[in-house]
Amino acid sequence: MKTIAKHVWQAPLSAQFGLAVIVLYIFVAVFAPTLAPYGETEVVGEGFAPWNGEHWLGTDNLGRDMYSRLLYGARNTVGIAFVTTALAFLIGGLAGLVAAVKGGWVDQGLSRIVDVLMAIPQLIFALLILSVVGTTVTSLILVIALLDATRVFRLARSVAMGVVTLDFVEAARLRGEGMWWLITREVLPNTIAPLIAEFGLRFCFVFLFISALSFLGLGIKPPTADWGSMVRDNAILITFGDISPLLPAAAVAILTVGVNFVVDWMLHKSSGLKG
Amino acid sequence: MLSIIRLLSQRVALGLLSLFAVSVIIFLAVEMLPGDLAEAMLGQSATADTVAAFRAQLGLDQPPLQRFIGWMGGILQGDFGVSLANGREIGELVSTRLGNTLRLAGLAALISVPVAVLLGMLAALYRNSWFDRMLNTTALSTVSFPEFFVAYILILVFSVQLGWLPSIANITPEDSWLTVLERSMLPVITLSLVVIAQMMRMTRAALINLLSSPYIEMARLKGIKKSRIIYYHALPNALAPIITVVALNLAYLVVGVVVVEVVFVYPGLGQLLVDSVAKRDIPVVQACSLIFAVTYIALNTSADVLAIATDPRLMHPRS
Repeated sequence: MKTIAKHVWQAPLSAQFGLAVIVLYIFVAVFAPTLAPYGETEVVGEGFAPWNGEHWLGTDNLGRDMYSRLLYGARNTVGIAFVTTALAFLIGGLAGLVAAVKGGWVDQGLSRIVDVLMAIPQLIFALLILSVVGTTVTSLILVIALLDATRVFRLARSVAMGVVTLDFVEAARLRGEGMWWLITREVLPNTIAPLIAEFGLRFCFVFLFISALSFLGLGIKPPTADWGSMVRDNAILITFGDISPLLPAAAVAILTVGVNFVVDWMLHKSSGLKG
Repeated sequence: MLSIIRLLSQRVALGLLSLFAVSVIIFLAVEMLPGDLAEAMLGQSATADTVAAFRAQLGLDQPPLQRFIGWMGGILQGDFGVSLANGREIGELVSTRLGNTLRLAGLAALISVPVAVLLGMLAALYRNSWFDRMLNTTALSTVSFPEFFVAYILILVFSVQLGWLPSIANITPEDSWLTVLERSMLPVITLSLVVIAQMMRMTRAALINLLSSPYIEMARLKGIKKSRIIYYHALPNALAPIITVVALNLAYLVVGVVVVEVVFVYPGLGQLLVDSVAKRDIPVVQACSLIFAVTYIALNTSADVLAIATDPRLMHPRS
């Protein structure tokens, strides 16, 4: 614990900023119901009310409190992106490690499937599948997690490939350890650092991706408060010079910048001082 | 020379293979529907007879393999079928929009490629200077912004506050090219900004990787002038990674247009795709997806081909 605090203290300003942003977002996501003055879907007045003492950031197109919805958005948008990324890592990471440890036709088979899936641009693929299965939160999470798992698979496999050839893995194999042991005790501990950095990058990607889909009206459905669809619903205000619709977009941007700064710092630390 | 040709033909064959696989996937996506397209279109209340008649009209009563061959054959002849939403020919619906999208992406590429490559090269040469750090932080932030955020900031500044450019890109085929250019200015700038950041970062990374290799170190130790190291030693080898970076980002750009087109109501393929997904007009979604995927694969394959073709080591094989 002490060493972590020391690392953070010595981190560059950008990384400290990133960590502060992440902590703030988690805090808001957890305590959204306590912090928000109004309910998530509660209609509290006229639509498009300007900023005032009662409604700090005005109201949205249907007369819901903008500030409250912004807070709830932290819970919904970030939460869904996090679950999706975690699922993608579970599928892709596990498959990548299995492919590296097993080798042979298992590796060949999984790699070729991933190659084909990666040949289609992700957004297009997601739109195609969502148009067929319909846009619900569950299908959104599953589709994006599966598509992102291909990228995780690539990384996990290539990092693990480097570890599998080392002597201590060979020794474990000769000891007669099973595949599960090899993956969890020998390979995973030695691949965890790049995988954590990748988790940050993937989270940013998934987060932007879900926001973009919601912005297109094909992601998280109303009345759930979500940053992407909040921009879409209130975009008309921008043409009158009102910046409130930009706030949810800024919320997305700030978190992504924060996570990127932290990942950049971690990569820099783990790679020595390259680049 | 022979080895180059063999490598190149392998890459092209692989590209064609993935094209085929992708078209199979796009075709099969519809097969995943619970029930089939006819039931999904007509809804629960339709009688069995109506569904059967509609199925026959769509040709859904034939086995999947035969339908796939028919679909593929039609597309190769430029026939994409008809839209379920309005019964119009998809080919007709798509053609003008494809032109618009390609113009948007092309203009953005024209601006972003030289700027990004130049900035990336400068950042790599003067790495860890304040210039490099500033550029890097700016690029990292820009990459993190959602496209619609960049787009709306530009709208707020350039069309609402300054009033210089229109915020909606509603171009029609009758407009003069000057009007078209003016109206597509903001979409082009948005798209360029997003791509420049990404491309610059990748160019910088590729060059730094190269500049840290032993033979550059050797050249420096021999006391060769810095400019000579860059032009004669580094650049020929840097060409392949830079080309790869550019092509990868162009592929990204073609897909990135979707969100930008929706923000600016630009009549392109991306907007058609999003509208059709919302309406669940699946034949149109399939056609658009296929066009996007073909462009994407073509760009990625040409990236590989160019990278192989410009690799000096392959130009002068040892044996």
